[in-house]
Order: sequence, then C-alpha cells, then structure tokens
Amino acid sequence: MSAASEPSGSMREHKGTGMTNATTTADTPTPTRAIEIRALHKSFGDLQVLRGIDFTIDTGEVVCVIGPSGSGKSTLLRCTNLLEQPTQGQVLIAGTDITDPDVDIDRLRRRIGMVFQQFNLFAHLSVLDNLTIAQRRVLGRDKAEAVQVARQNLVRVGLADKEDSYPAQLSGGQQQRVAIARALSMGPELMLFDEPTSALDPELVGDVLAVMRGLADDGMTMMVVTHEMGFAREVADRVVFMDDGVIVEQGTPDEVLTNPRQPRTREFLARVLRPADTVTKS
Amino acid sequence: MTSSHTPVAAKAPAQAAPRPRLSPRRRRSMLRGAQYVVLAAAVIAVAVLADWHQLQQQFLELSVAKRMFPDLLTVALTNTVAYTLSGFGVGLVLGLIVALMRLSSVAPYRWLASFYIEVFRGLPALLIFIFIGVGIPLAFPGLAIPGGAYGQVAVALGLVAAAYMAETIRAGIQAVPRGQMEAARTLGMSHARAMWSIVIPQAFRIIVPPLTNELVLLFKDSSLVLFLGVSLQTRELTKFGRDLASETANTTPIFVAGLCYLLITVPLGYVVRRLEAGHAKAR
Repeated sequence: MSAASEPSGSMREHKGTGMTNATTTADTPTPTRAIEIRALHKSFGDLQVLRGIDFTIDTGEVVCVIGPSGSGKSTLLRCTNLLEQPTQGQVLIAGTDITDPDVDIDRLRRRIGMVFQQFNLFAHLSVLDNLTIAQRRVLGRDKAEAVQVARQNLVRVGLADKEDSYPAQLSGGQQQRVAIARALSMGPELMLFDEPTSALDPELVGDVLAVMRGLADDGMTMMVVTHEMGFAREVADRVVFMDDGVIVEQGTPDEVLTNPRQPRTREFLARVLRPADTVTKS
Repeated sequence: MTSSHTPVAAKAPAQAAPRPRLSPRRRRSMLRGAQYVVLAAAVIAVAVLADWHQLQQQFLELSVAKRMFPDLLTVALTNTVAYTLSGFGVGLVLGLIVALMRLSSVAPYRWLASFYIEVFRGLPALLIFIFIGVGIPLAFPGLAIPGGAYGQVAVALGLVAAAYMAETIRAGIQAVPRGQMEAARTLGMSHARAMWSIVIPQAFRIIVPPLTNELVLLFKDSSLVLFLGVSLQTRELTKFGRDLASETANTTPIFVAGLCYLLITVPLGYVVRRLEAGHAKAR
C-alpha cells in the first residue's frame, strides 16, 4: 500500500490493532509524533486566527478538533499540510519541520491525506480517474497498479460499483467517500479531515462517519475537525476544544465532552448539544 | 358596511364615472394590432414598389454566380477557413500563455500580460494587419514571416485573438473552484501539474461557448486579408467577391460571398447556443 515509506517506515510497526482506546497509548513508552506543532501563529492581515498553538498527535491516534466557527480549527488543519503558510511557529510531520523552505512540500504532502468539507473531487474525471491520476502523475505508478489500488480503496468505502461514474452523478455522501478513497490511494501515513460531514444532508452523514470509523479502527492517524460530537465521543482518542485561536482544553472525549473543566468549553457544548438538536437529529 | 368605510365610499363614485378610458390591457392589444397593420403595409409596399427584376440582376445574376465556381469553394472558402483556423490556433496558444502570465504570482509577468491585452484589444484589427503586412517588411527587410500570406494572417489574426482569448481563458481558470487546486496540491501535485491536469481542462469546458464565439468573430476578421495584397491563390471570400464584382460590374459575387460566411457563422452560432444551454443544465 504505502509506496512513500521513506524515513517514516518504522512508524507503523509498533502499532497494533487495539489502538482505538486512548489508554493504549500508555503501552508504548515513546510514541512517534505524527504531528508536532510548536507556537503556531497565523494571521490574515490584521486578523489573528491562530494565536500560539502547541499540539501533538501520536502515530495511530485519532484526534477530533471541535470549537465554534471562526475559532481557527480549520486554519490549524490547513497549516498542518501548508495549505496555509503559518505566520510563525513550526509544524513537524514525523519529525520533519515542513515550514523549512528546504523541505519539498509536494513530496511531503503525498504522505498526508486530506478530505475537504466540499469534497473537491475532480469534476472532469471519472471516479476511477480521480483515484488514479495522482498515483500515476505523482507516485509514477503504472496504470494497472494504480487501478488496482484504486479499486481496493473503492471497496473499502463501499463504492466499488461507482468507478465509472462522474462526481456530479453521485450524492454528497458518495462523493465524500470517493474523496476519502482518493486520499487513501496515495497510501498516506496521516489523514486530515476538514469538517467532512458539514456539507452533507443529515441522512448521508452516517455512511461517511462509518468509513472514518473503519479507518480509525485500522489504526490510521487522524486529525478531524468536526461538529459531529457523537463521532468525537465514540471514535476519538482525544478531543481538542479550540476557541479564539487557542486550544482551550483537551483530553479524552469523556474529559472534554462530559466533564469539561473550562467554562468556555461548557458554554460551547451547551449550545451544540441543545436538546432540540438531538430531537431533530434522531 | 359601506357607510363605515368612508374613504372607499368616497372613491367609488370617481371610479364609476363613465370615463371612456381603455384598460391598460385593452390599450396594449390595440397598440399591438396597430403595429401589425403598419408592418403588413410596409411589406406590401416593398413587394409592390421594388424593382424585382433589377434586384435579381444585381444580386442574384445566375450567369455571374456561375462564374464564381469552382474557385469560390476551392480557393476562397478554403482560404477563409484556413486563415481563421490558423489564427485561432495561434491565438489559443498565445492566449493561454498570456492568461497564465496574467494569473502569475510574479508581478512583471502580470504587467506584461495586462499591457499586451490592453494594447491588442484597444487597436483595430485592420491596423495590426497593415502593421504585419506592410510595417514589418519595411522595418525589417531581412525578416519574413514564414508561410507567406498564410503566415502573416495567422500571426496578425492570432495576435488580436490572443488578447481576447487571454481574458476569456483567465476568467475560465478563475471560475474553477479553488478547492480543485487545493485537492490536487494535497495529493502531492506541483502547482504546474495541478494547473495542467486539473484546472485547465475544467476551465476549457467552461469557456468552450465564448471561444466558439471568438471563432465566429475571427471568420469575419479574416476578411481583412484584403489589405495584405494577396495573390490569386491566397484570396479569401471577401477579396474574391470584391474582385469579381468589379470585374463584372455586378453585386452578385459579394452577395454570394456573404452567403458563404453565413453558411459557417450561423451554424456555429447555433452550436454556441446549444453548448451554453447544455452547460447551464450541467451546472
């Protein structure tokens, strides 16, 4: 699967199948840092979006980032693969500082899958071509191999029968699952999800979350910006609450979602978990 | 009831007054009827008063029209198509380059591109034809554009078309959602690779209708070859028609040449509308 297994090949080895619980991280004495962010600042003009973020994700860990809109969580995610250039601070991916101008960011991005709120499937390409184009153009795989990898990943997201469809012919949920399969086809070590279910009709959210849950169960390192509190509670090893460009609180889902210590967290959760919401959702 | 609503009661007699005014709807249908009458009268007047025999002799004299064949098709129409397509090809390549420069993050590229677009959109195509056909050979005696008249026309038409197409292509590229570029970059593609494989193919789908329109404009502009002093073998429709018209002192050749243009531009216009309709549906 992973063709791009240069310096980080060792990362995956000490990762068993039972990584879904937060407590298992304690078994490994010094877990490899998949992401390490140091003193990250990001401004757009006068607007300070990130104001000093220090944050790590261990290999195999699933971290959900929650917070009100405008809190900077998407910007944090986009700084992690340099879709946004940080104003200040460092972003280390498996030990490599990607803010260093000498780093070949195109090479590094192959190892970081990303899933967008708006899917961003290539509208002019069929599903299969969406999954093979980067494998062939970027990784240099031959067509047969690329197609084989693509088909495996389509099976994984439950859309093996859609390989000849075009994005416009698919539902939002199907498009998002194709987008996940497209990212997986590059064999990433790490997956970033930017509100992957926010643009979906409510009845389509479940399929996408199920695929993500499967990925988490397989031990993928995941950073998920989300409003799906249920998903965060059940799947995340750790939940990070951001507000106003800083991390306010982080911990296990239970700590942050059930027994938040910070008043800001409590206030946010009270608004998000309104009873009215749970009624309309069920 | 009515007594309690005094304003209504006061207004009612005014409306009920027997004024012979037509309702707006009736007035409109009367007006439309009058227009039909005038139109019909005009058509009848033209049909009765026109000297049909004279008109036919001037515009549709078959003996003159017959003299136009086969050169009309083998030389004139063929050349018009060749000039147009070569100009379109040059314009497309050059236009794409200018559009990419216009969108570049390198400021001097943007300035150059803007300068080019402003200059070549602001000048009459005729002036550029004269410049290429007369100016350059005078200024640089040693320099000749390869391909003779064909090369000169391709360059002149291409230079003009590129300025318009550059703006169209730029708009097309900007119409492709930013997420497409971002998704391509996150898959490890370089900016150039993402542009070429992901953004430009989608941009061209968006701009096929306006580009086809540009092709129609070029068909008509190809008539400016007239001013390059073309030979018998490189004449196109307009020059061909004009030459024969002065030779025979009859307007028929011009009329037939005009029909040939329409033979191409009208179906192309139809194609554009179809493409636009299809595009509106796909979006």
